[in-house]
Amino acid sequence: MTLPVLLPILGAGLTVMGGRSATLQRIIGLAVLGTVAVLAAVLLVAADRTGPLVVELGGWAAPVGIALVADRLSALLLLISTLVTIAVLVYSIDQRIADYGRETPSTTFHPMYLLLCAGVSLAYLTGDLFTLFVAFEIMLSASYVLITRRTSASRIRSGMTYVTVSLTSSLLFLTMIALTYAAAGTVNFADLAGRVGALPEGVRTVLGLMFLVVFGIKAAIVPLHFWLPDSYPNAPAPVTALFAGLLTKVGIYALLRTQILIFPQGGVWTLLLYLAAATMAVGVLGALAQNDLNRLLSFLLVSHIGFMIFGLAVFDAAGIAGTVLYVIHHITVQATLFLVSGLITRRTGTVAIDQMGGLARTSPALAVLFAIPALTLAGIPPTSGFVAKLSLLQAGAGADVSTAMVAGVLVAASLLTLYAMARVWVRVFWGKSQPPQPDPDPDDELVVGTASTPKPMIAAAASLAAVSVLIAVAAGPLSALSARAATDLLERTPYITAVLGEGS
Amino acid sequence: MITINVSMALVVGVLYSVGFYLLLQRSLMKVLLGIVVLGHGANLLLQLAGGPPGRAPIVGDVPTDSFTDPLPQALALTAIVITFALTTFLLALGYRSWVLLGDDEVQDDVEDRRVARRERPAAAMDTEPGTDEADEEEALSPRW
Repeated sequence: MTLPVLLPILGAGLTVMGGRSATLQRIIGLAVLGTVAVLAAVLLVAADRTGPLVVELGGWAAPVGIALVADRLSALLLLISTLVTIAVLVYSIDQRIADYGRETPSTTFHPMYLLLCAGVSLAYLTGDLFTLFVAFEIMLSASYVLITRRTSASRIRSGMTYVTVSLTSSLLFLTMIALTYAAAGTVNFADLAGRVGALPEGVRTVLGLMFLVVFGIKAAIVPLHFWLPDSYPNAPAPVTALFAGLLTKVGIYALLRTQILIFPQGGVWTLLLYLAAATMAVGVLGALAQNDLNRLLSFLLVSHIGFMIFGLAVFDAAGIAGTVLYVIHHITVQATLFLVSGLITRRTGTVAIDQMGGLARTSPALAVLFAIPALTLAGIPPTSGFVAKLSLLQAGAGADVSTAMVAGVLVAASLLTLYAMARVWVRVFWGKSQPPQPDPDPDDELVVGTASTPKPMIAAAASLAAVSVLIAVAAGPLSALSARAATDLLERTPYITAVLGEGS
Repeated sequence: MITINVSMALVVGVLYSVGFYLLLQRSLMKVLLGIVVLGHGANLLLQLAGGPPGRAPIVGDVPTDSFTDPLPQALALTAIVITFALTTFLLALGYRSWVLLGDDEVQDDVEDRRVARRERPAAAMDTEPGTDEADEEEALSPRW
């Protein structure tokens, strides 16, 4: 069970050593991630059959030592995330082969990519607050390098914002750990669950809000979202796809895990409910104002984070099951959209929507590839977005009046998402076709404005789109699985007994 | 619950306020110093979370009840290493920015200002791009 974390780190080391040979780096990357995907699938089956699996690192028992825990939620998210990282890796390898030939190795990309995957795996599997901090740091340090490597002037500008915001949130995380330890005397999740309940209510509220702020910055919940639409769009397409698919979702996962396990709410969590409404509204309205394709997608990402925290705010089994399902669906869809946007940009040479047009005629494959995730994101039946939204709406309708009103915001935000997507469709794929713009920055690594779109890149994006279609096909078993995961989370005892043993 | 003495609480408070003040500055160098100071504050807080100082926690040397709590020290040690590494990275980034841009100022979101300045989005989108907006955007760097 430590392998999903160890293998990518070892792989990262090997790709540094094998830095001379591009093929070797690629084989290592794909082999490592492939193995992790298989392991994640095995973990998921095992966790679903027998309950949470626990590994005590170094043989020290849980509250003292560090425990890795795989329950249904973490194994499921690990599996989906690894599938996305494989597809994105294939895409970026193909992009590099197409632009620079088969023989050009990359000194930083592969090691950092694998380190980021290791950080994500560790964040899903850890059962300990401080290890979660370390996982975030592994993940974020790798992402700093990925977002600022081979920079041009404008990318370093957005990179600085990203790094500063993330570092600040890391320091807040550290402060939060210190305060939690001072108050409860432990950093183990399962142990905290028992001890925080015994604290005075004021201390508990302060700690709960600090957790919300720290993970809220990572997850880009309004009003802590401002850094995201500024930094993500400036990175190359595969990096943006990876960040959009995984990093914010890890924030959501941490929020789910800690809030449910450590700070359980009696009923609907009103504060988070209003934050969810604000996130949905601000994100989608921001998206409508954008002319830059990637920024538009980034604002939509913010908006859909609101959907996920809505399920958490409802705070019952149905709501949390909806959130889990939505996270799974959104990881694949958002990554696909950014990959397709990368393909579009490669074709047109610009990210400005008003300078594109007629792509449906010149490259019909791209049009199909854009339409599938776009419709899925908007939640048109029978796509996976529809399934996930339906379960969220059902949860919202079952709770009190204010929840039902926020569920109304959710419907409106979905419709506006559809409108934003339709606007992109009309401007980019219909209308007069425009010649590709010249590459605005020929010196940087990114090649845009070429008429060629390599088939393997399309295939990588298409396979991700296929995964999201597959989620829709397997909606029945998947929603049953999310419901079981949500019940586990809310009951809390399976997790706590698995980590601390029967006697606690 | 652990109580800490007033002077340590004051030191942590001052470190945090100085750190956040520096963090809000425009120059990346000051931001960096802010993060360093803030990191010190956070690490000190971690230390204090372990309770009052005691003897070194080595079994067999001294009675166990006079031990100091070793866990926060281990946590602080890890955190110091991480903060150190990221400080180095931020320094490199600042240098890069100085080479590329000529200063290390953290700038505004260019595209955001452009969107905010567009008075009527629908009308501006329909007109030929770059007619009326070109002049005011000249000062801003291109998107890429």
